[in-house]
Amino acid sequence: MSTATVPEPAVAGEDRLNLRGAALPRWAPLALAAGSVALSLLIYFVTPVDSEIQIVLMAAVLFLISMTVVSTVVEGSRRARDRFATTLVYTAFLLAVIPLVAVLVSVISKGAKRFDADFFTHSMNGIGARDAGGGIYHAIIGTVEQVLLASLMAVPFGLLVAIYLVEYGRGRISRVISFFVDVLTGLPSIIAGLFVLAFWVLALGFGFSGFAGSLALVVLMIPTVVRSSEEMLKLVPNELREAGYALGVPQWRTILRVVVPTALPGIVTGVMLAVARVAGETAPVLLTVFGTNLINSNPFSGEQSSLPLYIYSQAGQPQQFAIDRAWAAALALIIIIMLLNLIARLFAGRNRLK
Amino acid sequence: MTTEPDSSADDAEPRGVASATDPAPAPLATTTSKARVGIADLIFKNLTRTAGIGLLVLIAAIAAFLVLRATDALSANTGNFFGTQEWFPNQTPPKFGVAATLFGTVVTAFIAMVLAVPVSVGIALFITVYAPRQLASVLGYIVDLLAAVPSVVYGLWGLIVLAPHMKGTQLWLNDVLGWIPLFDADSVGRSFFVAGVVLAIMILPIVAALSREVFLQVPNAHREAALALGATRWEMIRTAVLPYGRPGVISASMLGLGRAMGETIAVALVLPASFKISAHWLEPAGNTIAANVANGWGEANDIGRGALIASGLVLFVVTMVVNIIARAIIARRRDFSGSSA
Repeated sequence: MSTATVPEPAVAGEDRLNLRGAALPRWAPLALAAGSVALSLLIYFVTPVDSEIQIVLMAAVLFLISMTVVSTVVEGSRRARDRFATTLVYTAFLLAVIPLVAVLVSVISKGAKRFDADFFTHSMNGIGARDAGGGIYHAIIGTVEQVLLASLMAVPFGLLVAIYLVEYGRGRISRVISFFVDVLTGLPSIIAGLFVLAFWVLALGFGFSGFAGSLALVVLMIPTVVRSSEEMLKLVPNELREAGYALGVPQWRTILRVVVPTALPGIVTGVMLAVARVAGETAPVLLTVFGTNLINSNPFSGEQSSLPLYIYSQAGQPQQFAIDRAWAAALALIIIIMLLNLIARLFAGRNRLK
Repeated sequence: MTTEPDSSADDAEPRGVASATDPAPAPLATTTSKARVGIADLIFKNLTRTAGIGLLVLIAAIAAFLVLRATDALSANTGNFFGTQEWFPNQTPPKFGVAATLFGTVVTAFIAMVLAVPVSVGIALFITVYAPRQLASVLGYIVDLLAAVPSVVYGLWGLIVLAPHMKGTQLWLNDVLGWIPLFDADSVGRSFFVAGVVLAIMILPIVAALSREVFLQVPNAHREAALALGATRWEMIRTAVLPYGRPGVISASMLGLGRAMGETIAVALVLPASFKISAHWLEPAGNTIAANVANGWGEANDIGRGALIASGLVLFVVTMVVNIIARAIIARRRDFSGSSA
């Protein structure tokens, strides 16, 4: 298909030399999309195919094929390839949005059923899977304490490592550390749980506790904190450091009084995101905190619960009451994590460093 | 401390996604005065260095303790740890192996990657190249939020909402593609395929969010140059955006792969936990290492826990190997990407 065969666009001043070649009218993609949807709906009603997922997929494939064929005929192969890629990207986006939105919609609609004051002020004490009632009070206490303890340990440690990598780290050892930060980033969360189980609970014999859970969360938080702080420290202009040195300020004071404060908003954002991530971790907590139905506000002794753990244990029950509790707890957890994210975003937005 | 003049070579080392594509990291201040370094400086420097070394100790401790707890169970094992498909570590004599669970881990992660990576790249391209600017920032924000949704929520959704809905699709796959052994099934249900789809949905926003950041860093000059030469939008993507973003996309995918292989709760809720190497991916069967740990550790005795820890060690090694390969790819690609403009 050559692009320069059609000889005449008549309107003056518009592409008189036909540089653009023939193009599909603007309404063509819409029309083809509508046609594909209609055709797949027809298939849905006429043939025994009865899965919504299939129909959506079929409409997408039909649209992709028809668009490419029509465009190849009218516009030539280069444009057709462009259309193909555009269609692919759009459909990929739409296909991905459907399940992701479906997750949020199900959590909100199914979670709202038990999402009341009672749910937040009661524990599961004496409530079996078949019983109505019960709540997440004990789980919220557990989550908050475990995440706070983990942050208290992971943030200073991670920040120090980041400072070392950015300000001091040269040569082999910093490269090795940087590599293992990446390894830790890819560490499956259940391995962190197994490690604390093997080390703290079994080898040292401390038993299950909220603190053991926060130790596992520390392992997961450290790489996130290191990476985000590292990126932020790197963004601090060198002139600031040099100004410090030029004034005779020692390096450590320059770092602590000039570099870190300059990067602080970004670091806070990274920390908040790390907190949001570990707040939703289930596997490491499952292995180290053990879970309980009772309120235990002491993270250093005895089993605790936590929100993700609560969701997991309720979702595993076949009774509808338990499943309802799981959805409501999932809604609560998502809201907490979204709030943490929003706060982090606001922080990042207000003091953007660049 | 003396400064090494050629130390900037170290900065060529990729550090995470964002900087992996950073064309030329600014050389950092390394110039401490050669004359005299104060005591406080030494203390602070060594404090940070200790933290760095502490991180290495942490990794070593993870490996060491996993090995330590695993050895007892492994020496009591009457099966072949890598060959046996059964998992009976709690009976005497214990007999267990990771063959079936390792297989399940690889298969579900594979399905998830095949489904999620192309779609994630599509999302990232849509947000960075196709969408109007206003919409793009909102969408980017939404993808970031979705990346933060905890996996247990995806697991809950996969178990209660998705698994029943997947029945028709699985039957259809079986009808149409049943002549391929993978899609041949006597019955369909909570299968590898469903678990893979849940994992794919779960890692989608993560890979998309990271790829988006990488594509955002493509210099406008590259994109405009391609368009000025008459490239269509797709040609611009192929010649300017993708080559520049490739290392970042690879490392994002590897992070996603790590998540998919290590994902515990979602898979534990979806798969029926049977220990069987099955080439029929639509049949309700299978288990993964991580899900097996979550399901099995409650009733495990001493040997049982050791066995679970041993299987965790295998997962640890596999994810580490994946990470190392990814880093090697990124390092090699960087040399050829020509993005040092």
